Amino acid sequence: MSPEEQKAYQARQKHRAIILAGLLGFMVVLFYFITIVKIGTAS
Amino acid sequence: MTTASQTIQGLASAKDLFALTKPRVMSLVIFTALCGLLAAPGTIHPVIGFTAILAISLGAGASAALNQWYEADIDAVMKRTQGRPLPAGRMDRETALHFGIGLSVFSVLLMGVAVNWFSAIFLAFSIFFYAVVYTIWLKRSTAQNIVIGGAAGAFPPAIGWAAVTGDVTLMPILLFAIIFFWTPPHFWALALFVNSDYSKAGIPMMPVVAGRQSTRTQIFGYSLILAAVAIAPFTLGLAGPVYGGASIVLSTIFCVFSWQVGRSKTTEPEDMAAEKRLFKFSILYLFALFAAVVADRMIFA
Repeated sequence: MSPEEQKAYQARQKHRAIILAGLLGFMVVLFYFITIVKIGTAS
Repeated sequence: MTTASQTIQGLASAKDLFALTKPRVMSLVIFTALCGLLAAPGTIHPVIGFTAILAISLGAGASAALNQWYEADIDAVMKRTQGRPLPAGRMDRETALHFGIGLSVFSVLLMGVAVNWFSAIFLAFSIFFYAVVYTIWLKRSTAQNIVIGGAAGAFPPAIGWAAVTGDVTLMPILLFAIIFFWTPPHFWALALFVNSDYSKAGIPMMPVVAGRQSTRTQIFGYSLILAAVAIAPFTLGLAGPVYGGASIVLSTIFCVFSWQVGRSKTTEPEDMAAEKRLFKFSILYLFALFAAVVADRMIFA
C-alpha cells in the first residue's frame, strides 16, 4: 500500500470504529431498557 | 504481505455497508411490520415494540446483503444495479457474506431475547426464504420468480403481529396474502414499461419469457385475487367498516386500472399510460390499505 492508500485505509478504519462505537452505545442503552421492562413484567 | 482484508476494498466503508441493506426497501418493511404490530390484538410495551421493528428491519437488511452477495454477477450486468457496492468494486464478496450472516444471526437473537422466540423463528425463516429459496434457488429458474419473491416481502406484517400475540391467526395470514398477491401486478406493471436488462442478465422475467400480452392478462388475474383477499378481512368480520370501505374503494380502482392494462396493446414504453398509472397507484394502494388496517383497529378496538 502506498502512503496515500495507507492514509485512506486508516481514515476509513477510524470512521467505521466511530460508527460501531455509536451502535454499541445504542445497544447498551436499548438492552438496559429491555431489561427494565422485562423485570417490570416479571414482577 | 498484503492480505485481502488489508486492501481498501477489504475494508468496506460504513456507507456501503448501509447501502448493502437496501434502505429504500427497508422503509416499506418497517411500515408494513409496524402496521402488523399495531393491528394485532393485545398490547406490547413501546420499548419491546420498537425492538421488534428494529429486529425485523435488521433481518430485512441482512436478507438484502445476502441477496447482493449472491447476485453480484447479475448486478454487474444490469445498468440499474451496476453502481451497488459489490459490482462497483468497492467491497469484496466475503465482506458482504459475513455482514449478511452476522446481521441475520443478530436480528434473530435480538427478536428472541427481547420479544418472543416464535417471532424470532418466523424472522429466521423469512431470511432463509428470501436468501436461499428465492435468491439462490428460484429467481434464476422460473418466470414466476416475482410471485415467490413477493412471499418474502410479505412476511413483515405477520412477524409484527406475532411479536405482539406470539402466534399467527387468520388476519396476519390475510395481511401476508395481500402483499403476496399485490407484488406481481405491481412489479410486472413496472417491468412492462421499464426497459430492464433482465434478459441480458439471464433472469427469466415474465414479460421476457411469456410476452407482454400474457403478462398483462396475468396482471389482471392477480388483481382480482388481490381484491378478494383485501376485502376478506371485512367480509369475515376481522376488520371494521373503516377498513371495509377503504378496501372496497381501493380494490375497485386497482381492478379498473388492471383491466385497462389488460386491454392495452402498446409496445412502446412511452405510450404505456395504463401501466404507469397502475404502477403508481399500486404503491398508494398498499400504503393506504395498511394504514386503514391500523386506523380501523385504533377506532374500533
